[in-house]
Amino acid sequence: MTLTLQPVADPAAPLARRNPVAKLAAALLFTLPLVATLDPLTPTLALVIELTLLPLFGLRYATLARRAWPLVLAAIGLIVTMVLFAADRGGALLLDLGPFDITTDVLISALGLVLRLFAIALPGVIVFATTDPTDLADALVQNAKAPPRFAIGALAALRLLPLLGEEWQMLTLARRARGVDSGIRAFPATAFALLVGALRRGGRLAVAMDARGFDSSVPRTYARRQVFTGADALLMIGALALAAVVLTTTILTGLFRPIIG
Amino acid sequence: MASNSNRWRTIDIVIASIVAVAFGVIFWAWNLLWNGPADAIPLPGRAVLYGMWLVPAVLGALIVRKPGAAFYTLTIASLVSVAIGTSWGWTLVVQGPLEALGAELIFAVFAYRVYNLPVAMLAGATAGVVASVYDAFVWYGGTSWATLRIPYILIASASALVVAGIGSVLLVRALAQTGVLDRFPAGRSRALV
Amino acid sequence: MSRVELRSFGWRHAGRRAWAVRDVDLTIEHSERVLLLGPSGAGKSTLLAALAGLLPDDSGEQAGQALIDGVDPRAARNRAASDAWPSGRGEPGPGVGIVFQDPQTQLVMARSGDDVAFGLENRGVPARDIWPRVSDALDRVGFPYPITRSTAALSGGEAQRLALAGVLALRPTLLLLDEPTANLDPAGAELVREAIVRSRDEATLIVVEHRVAEALPLVDRVVVLEPGGGIRADGAPEVVFAAYGDRLAADGVWVPGFAIPPLKAATPATGELIRAEEVTVGQRLRAPVTMAVGAGEVLAVTGPNGTGKSTLALVLGGLLAPGGGAVTAFGDPRPPHKWKAETLTQRIGSVFQNPEHQFVTARVADELAVGPRRLGRSAAAVQETVDQLLERLRLTKLAQANPYTLSGGEARRLSVATALATAPRLLVLDEPTFGQDRRTWIELVTLLATLRDDGHAVVAVTHDDDFVQTLADRTLPLGSPKLNDPLPRRRRQ
Repeated sequence: MTLTLQPVADPAAPLARRNPVAKLAAALLFTLPLVATLDPLTPTLALVIELTLLPLFGLRYATLARRAWPLVLAAIGLIVTMVLFAADRGGALLLDLGPFDITTDVLISALGLVLRLFAIALPGVIVFATTDPTDLADALVQNAKAPPRFAIGALAALRLLPLLGEEWQMLTLARRARGVDSGIRAFPATAFALLVGALRRGGRLAVAMDARGFDSSVPRTYARRQVFTGADALLMIGALALAAVVLTTTILTGLFRPIIG
Repeated sequence: MASNSNRWRTIDIVIASIVAVAFGVIFWAWNLLWNGPADAIPLPGRAVLYGMWLVPAVLGALIVRKPGAAFYTLTIASLVSVAIGTSWGWTLVVQGPLEALGAELIFAVFAYRVYNLPVAMLAGATAGVVASVYDAFVWYGGTSWATLRIPYILIASASALVVAGIGSVLLVRALAQTGVLDRFPAGRSRALV
Repeated sequence: MSRVELRSFGWRHAGRRAWAVRDVDLTIEHSERVLLLGPSGAGKSTLLAALAGLLPDDSGEQAGQALIDGVDPRAARNRAASDAWPSGRGEPGPGVGIVFQDPQTQLVMARSGDDVAFGLENRGVPARDIWPRVSDALDRVGFPYPITRSTAALSGGEAQRLALAGVLALRPTLLLLDEPTANLDPAGAELVREAIVRSRDEATLIVVEHRVAEALPLVDRVVVLEPGGGIRADGAPEVVFAAYGDRLAADGVWVPGFAIPPLKAATPATGELIRAEEVTVGQRLRAPVTMAVGAGEVLAVTGPNGTGKSTLALVLGGLLAPGGGAVTAFGDPRPPHKWKAETLTQRIGSVFQNPEHQFVTARVADELAVGPRRLGRSAAAVQETVDQLLERLRLTKLAQANPYTLSGGEARRLSVATALATAPRLLVLDEPTFGQDRRTWIELVTLLATLRDDGHAVVAVTHDDDFVQTLADRTLPLGSPKLNDPLPRRRRQ
């Protein structure tokens, strides 16, 4: 298991190099309005927009697919849930399964939820695939007024992420050497050992950070500058505008189905 | 700094962050379980596994015992799991902080002074209610309230009460025994050695 | 440069009954270079932490006084930190820098340059001054990579150099080094010592290091702490070692000139227990290894970092499948990695470099009972094995302790004991003597020699020359990665 959070996109691509906070905000501004409806048209339009804009983020479709595969699992789960528990079983009957009749309405609802899952999740995949965690923390502090001690603290912990992956492997091997279970039953014990090791490291790391003045009350200065430009604002406005276009289209076609009600 | 016990020390920040990162990884594994082998248990029954997603909120608060600990720990954990890649993707960026606020609210009601088992259970359950109600609207819209959504909310909240509430208390006790919490009030209960 | 004064200084950590350090009266003048010695548990690290201002009031109880240039270290640290850097004025007050043992828990940022800049940002150094000071500090420690180099891609020695640069960038007037090379292989340790020699001229220096020979070129004065309180000896190195060398050696300090007599096998090895033919493991062990070990011998596997020694240990331990080649052992037609865990523990015992990786229970006694219990031994037999091992490895008093609370030496002894609990005939150890004091070292080496003479086979992956000289009957040097490694190590960035 290797866990890294290194960006995988071409950093020079026009939208990949936008301010990380702007990218984060744009992704939220674009996806949150989409959550409001359950119809299949809204996410379809959103997906079309997302996939069209992908090259501007310097990402290849294959890379996106590699990063987004866990979504397929969730999609399967959603379909099963809809088949078993759909409230509305109207429309033409496709398959007679007694209480779990599969009808066109059931399928349309399921399809809508799956498309929605992808439409909502992909912007997040895009943001994290094109953003270096250090840059994100810098931008959160400098452009979004996030508290610097917390942003840097989280970053320092994040640095231990690949080590946790290696540690997990060693723990699993060590358990076999001790003649005790491995596999799924060992999960809690292995996770506990991992946590103990990580917290011990954390204790030492905190001391080392204080030794270099992390707890001083002086305002920090910034070695790396993150700037928020007009282009970044434009990205955010564009995201919101596109979401508005999508929702308006859905409402005009009469397909809008609010989640509440 | 000792005069202001609500100010987070560096070790508070780092340890909460590490709990968050570790749970980001655990979430990642839990997701594979939820959407993999556990798919065999249909919803709403599968919601018995739900509590794991709320552990960092209660655990962070029980270790750090400062305002914001529940919120910070679970928010970072969900951000990390989004960054590594989760099946629920991006919406965790919103859902994580929301459910974290649920737990935070309970610790705030007790003025950030009470960190015993009942409060932990209450915090876990509250986070579970927030999280599952969110799911019921956002993910399971269009399903039946009677056979899916209400049982789902009840089971998920009960799971949160047990796994996140009781589980976190037990986990903190076990961690305290290893000495890694010696610099926290939770670790001071260990006998003098 | 700073002057350090300790007056009846003592510190007791919260939650502890005993004082970590007590009744220390000591003055260190400007620009002195001091080696601080003492047996394990004498409070050397606590003393350094106190001088670094890293013992906050609420973390314990202080006795007496510690002063750096007349100021309490905690105040000195805060002053150094809180005086902004108004242009035109000099650097603020006395500055203390400290480097710890483990490089992995001192680096904060993902990129090397950012990590050096971290301390400067914390102290409010103006942005335009930061990068020149970063490159200056990196030059002084001889850091060979560009500032964008990922800190995750550094070797231990390189990471420790970087940690030193991060401290030097703050221009400390007192530099504290807490076993800065204890976690490093010999080549990495040499890198760091070179860097210290290059950079020590601008500060008063206090080093804690139990491998005296390695620290001597860095210092001109030796101070020995007495466990339980006070100072045992203080003076020029040759004077102190002439008078106290034997006692220090007995207490576990690695004093030069106190060699340990070799403990080699009296008779040649008999039956072959394990054989590896042309074994490789992907990128981790690229050059094929062929070897065999017989009952009654100690084989040392040596070689620089990155040659796959630890990977080989995992393969021989039946924990990892070889990528290429074959392993056969104990006359079993199946290779060890396919054996059931119960079978494995009766034949091969593995001891990992980090003992904590192997702990699976919350009590020392339970830890020893796990293996035999798995094999279905009776409760009485399990108890007997546990008691014997506790006794043999001096752990009886700790039987009820949580394994994670043990000291380094105790944890190492426990991890060896757990491997012995199921009486395997082959023992595979990864860096068994790493970072141990002389006393634990002698215990381990003596124990392994006894096991060997009783007909066990021992394979030890090691960087420790003394270990090889004293115990190894044969040595298997794995090739230099430069010779059989056509590709440069891949960079993250």
